[in-house]
Amino acid sequence: MIREERQFTVDLAVIGSGLAGFAASIFAINRGIRTAQIGNTGAVAYTTGYLDLFGRLAADQLLDDPWRGLRQLAASQPQHPLARVTEAEVRAAFDEFVAFLTEAGVPYGQAGERNVMALTPAGTIKPTLCVPSTMQGGVDALAARARCLIVDFRGLRGFSARQVVANLRQEWPQLRAEQLVFPGMEHGELYPEVMARSLEVPACREELAARIRDVLGDADVVGLPAILGMHHPHLVMAEMERLIGRPLFEIPTMPPAVPGIRLREMFEQVFPTRGLTLIPQQKVDAVRFADEAVRLSLADSYGPIAISAQTVILATGRFLSGGLLASFDGISEPLIGLPVTQPPSREGWFREQYMDKEGHPVHTAGIVTDADFRPLSAEGGPYDRRLFAAGLILAHQDWIRGRCGAGIALASAFRAVDAVGRELARSGGQSGKHQSAEGRRDV
Amino acid sequence: MMATLPPRSGPTRPTASLETEVLIIGGGATGAGIMRDLALRGIHSLLIDKKDLCAGASGGNHGLLHSGGRYVFSDPQSAIECREEGHILKRVLPQCIEQTGGLFVAVDGDDEGFAADFAGLCAAAGIACTPLLPAEARELEPALSERVVAAYQVPDATIDPFRLALENVNQARLVNGSIYRPHTEVVAFEKSGDVIVSALCRDNRSGETVRIVAQQFVNAGGAWAMDIARLAGCDDVRLLYSKGTLLVTHDRMIRRVINRLRPPADGDILVPGGTVSILGTTSLRTDALNAVQPTVDEINRNIREGMAMVPALAHARYIRAFSRVRPLLQAGGGADDRQATRGFALIDHHSQGIANLCTITGGKLTTYRLMAEKTADLVAARIGNTAPCRTAVDIVPDGEACRWTEPGAAPKLWYRAGDPDDTILCECEMVPQSAIDQIVRCAPGAEAEMTLEAIALRSRAGKGPCQGSFCGIRIASHLYDRGYYRDRTGLLHMRDFFNERFKGQRAVIWGQQMAQMELAEALHCGLLGLDCLDSPSETVTEGEAQS
Ligand SMILES: Cc1cc2nc3c(=O)[nH]c(=O)nc-3n(C[C@H](O)[C@H](O)[C@H](O)COP(=O)(O)OP(=O)(O)OC[C@H]3O[C@@H](n4cnc5c(N)ncnc54)[C@H](O)[C@@H]3O)c2cc1C
Ligand SMILES: Cc1cc2nc3c(=O)[nH]c(=O)nc-3n(C[C@H](O)[C@H](O)[C@H](O)COP(=O)(O)OP(=O)(O)OC[C@H]3O[C@@H](n4cnc5c(N)ncnc54)[C@H](O)[C@@H]3O)c2cc1C
Repeated sequence: MIREERQFTVDLAVIGSGLAGFAASIFAINRGIRTAQIGNTGAVAYTTGYLDLFGRLAADQLLDDPWRGLRQLAASQPQHPLARVTEAEVRAAFDEFVAFLTEAGVPYGQAGERNVMALTPAGTIKPTLCVPSTMQGGVDALAARARCLIVDFRGLRGFSARQVVANLRQEWPQLRAEQLVFPGMEHGELYPEVMARSLEVPACREELAARIRDVLGDADVVGLPAILGMHHPHLVMAEMERLIGRPLFEIPTMPPAVPGIRLREMFEQVFPTRGLTLIPQQKVDAVRFADEAVRLSLADSYGPIAISAQTVILATGRFLSGGLLASFDGISEPLIGLPVTQPPSREGWFREQYMDKEGHPVHTAGIVTDADFRPLSAEGGPYDRRLFAAGLILAHQDWIRGRCGAGIALASAFRAVDAVGRELARSGGQSGKHQSAEGRRDV
Repeated sequence: MMATLPPRSGPTRPTASLETEVLIIGGGATGAGIMRDLALRGIHSLLIDKKDLCAGASGGNHGLLHSGGRYVFSDPQSAIECREEGHILKRVLPQCIEQTGGLFVAVDGDDEGFAADFAGLCAAAGIACTPLLPAEARELEPALSERVVAAYQVPDATIDPFRLALENVNQARLVNGSIYRPHTEVVAFEKSGDVIVSALCRDNRSGETVRIVAQQFVNAGGAWAMDIARLAGCDDVRLLYSKGTLLVTHDRMIRRVINRLRPPADGDILVPGGTVSILGTTSLRTDALNAVQPTVDEINRNIREGMAMVPALAHARYIRAFSRVRPLLQAGGGADDRQATRGFALIDHHSQGIANLCTITGGKLTTYRLMAEKTADLVAARIGNTAPCRTAVDIVPDGEACRWTEPGAAPKLWYRAGDPDDTILCECEMVPQSAIDQIVRCAPGAEAEMTLEAIALRSRAGKGPCQGSFCGIRIASHLYDRGYYRDRTGLLHMRDFFNERFKGQRAVIWGQQMAQMELAEALHCGLLGLDCLDSPSETVTEGEAQS
């Protein structure tokens, strides 16, 4: 059966639906750029919800001031993607991204001057820049060493309130743990996503609130795993706080977890209403650079899709997402066949010790670009003027050890979209429609 | 390795003292077998290992219960021992053995004379051997290469060395209260005349020195036997070392053991084991005994050679690789390390002026019971015990807490019990929390606090494609929940466990395993910060300044 090919013509095609892809789309639609975004949105579910800018500079240094860290990075690792953008761009990128999330129903705190110290499900502390408003209470409670109760649920694996308490009690003596049975889920294994959805039902909230009240004791604030609703979690939380009579906060569970799923569902709902063409579950099969346009081909269960774009941002991530491929003989970029900078042989990919403070060389492999994040060809010039790359696929960074995943994604997407705008203006493609970010945000 | 390992040095003043009839040094298959053998003769023993059960060659081999076929050319005596022992073990230790059968195959280009002699040599050693047409062999094992030119079927089997050690120790414990003590390393002997009075041992977790007083001392140190004998002043154990590297595939690619029908070389054995298969091995002379790790070159060689028998090995997904050292008994000028050195040696140290120490080393997993019997005969004679050896006739009972190492056992038992509250903690291998609870409560070694590595050794946890990166987190959190961990120890154990698992992954990370590894590191380091546990966290000081 041959189905008719569906065709889309856009100014920008964003390939990839991780944070970098979503950020690029947000920046693009805010600037009036006609955009299509393709890629499995599952990747974004890996985020804890915490948006890191930069948490760790060198081997042993967790950063309190990420901005100072960025300035040091510019001196020590000038090729790092975060060293190639200005501080003003980074701030603008976070502000614009967070404003969009907040407006769309998943409120976030603003990026500040300092990293905040956020809780992890193991009871360790992670420096990050922006947290969802439902998690801010945990940051504050930790800072104030408040009288605090952490609650977990029987059957919810990998989240133990006792663990959080055991690992923090030394510096936070007024921390206490309780285990509860989740209403309606008395037996068997619990899944955070299911719990979150059931807390959108008032009766479930009331029952859970009653159970929490029973064990409240003298606690001034209560921490829960991140299960407070899937849509508009701040409203679910406010309602629970009213019922319990104490402020609450969420602690992320192990990914893929609710905070990431919230973002995914929100993007899938909001983007189409903003005029963006989102093709969420597919992969681009081929990219062809024709004279008049870049042609992307893919297929879904309804048949083939062709996208004709003036510019492309490649935000396909690393190994986990398929943006890079590690094989027996080396690392490649499978979609376009871009050169990948990498250690000379497989022997050099990993150091001997897993937790070696220096991190593993394989993580700094990736795509090398010019200042506008245009990938370079083997000869050294831009591979194609119309092609840009953003996010973790970029070379010369170790986002895991640097605690800078969202930072790289947002900052590189910001600069790349800016360059896309200039490229479109230059080629005359859609100069008339191109608005400034400020122009859009006044609306 | 533990986080708080004190610097290596000589023994400090002993802070504890233990007493037993026989001290057995080395918790491999051999030491565990000796412990059982002595217990069945009514002799009390204490078994120690500087790490834990199967930390040496016993935990890093193919798990092949040799029919003997592999040795018919080079060492007919070993071939006969393998046949006899295989027979016995299949009867007394069935819970550890899968009777897979095995094939010997020659491929196009292999020495045909070698292949032609095989059946006759097997017959001479009493090993059942059926010739097959190449097409018949491929019908039995579809993964075999089109290039197979000769094939024979033999009664090879596979054996789970972890369960073997656990069951031996467990029975000894039940029979006469013999004791197993992990993380206890002999560092010196105290002698009086021609008698060793006690062994000074370092507890590698606390750093303390323990004095162990015994009548008889058995050195079952495997590749470390020469070092241990030297601590007692004995120079008559002479070993060379050969490093072997093995790879574990994600899938079980064959049903039977596949051996290459040619003089032993790299990548010529593929052994099925539960849901995986194990390819190996290389053989490299080495001087290093500790911290031997697989290299990329060894991995490449094994795969290249193995492909000749089973072409799918070229594109298989590998989840792990490991290396161990074989002790080679130094005997007159053998050229090839794989030849003529697989026999074992029992050394009584009389010539060294010591009356109550013996050393057992070399040999094979397949002959561990026989090695234990010979050793126990000597020890029993020395203390005047005349009870006969019973290990060839007495069936080893099924230890409740020992069964979790068997692939597929955990899901089967879990399903049968049908308790919805018994959540699965390790999804790759379906290990439920009840298994973990039982292991920390009563598996051999549970007397002391268990690490995640110790739990993994006693179960299938961490052996699947994720190599423990998820279940390590879940098991730790479960143990916090149970109150087993009450402070940051659980975090340190998690970190050490992931570090340890990584050693076996490092050389085979490509393809899907790279994605797996990236996710693991994002969780362990990016999210949980296990790479910064010792770092001064600006965090806390900052918070305190505010409050
Ligand atoms: C376990 C985990 C925890 C994390 N925690 C945090 C955290 O706490 N804070 C933080 O700031 N960051 C965190 N991150 C990182 C963060 O989730 C983002 O991954 C990252 O910041 C941005 O990545 P990216 O968009 O470049 O790539 P990815 O997120 O990897 O997304 C790549 C996208 O490209 C798509 N793709 C690949 N090939 C194709 C193709 N051919 N066609 C179409 N689409 C394709 C994939 O489907 C995917 O949607 C975490 C990541 C992981 C894995
Ligand atoms: C790569 C490889 C593949 C193999 N494949 C097979 C096979 O398929 N079939 C087969 O039958 N055989 C095989 N073998 C051989 C088999 O594994 C060994 O013969 C057998 O495991 C030896 O057991 P052991 O108990 O004598 O020694 P080990 O298992 O090495 O035990 C010695 C123990 O002593 C401990 N120790 C060392 N020093 C001290 C000290 N100072 N104090 C306390 N404890 C100490 C160590 O930690 C170790 O646990 C293979 C060997 C190798 C290396």
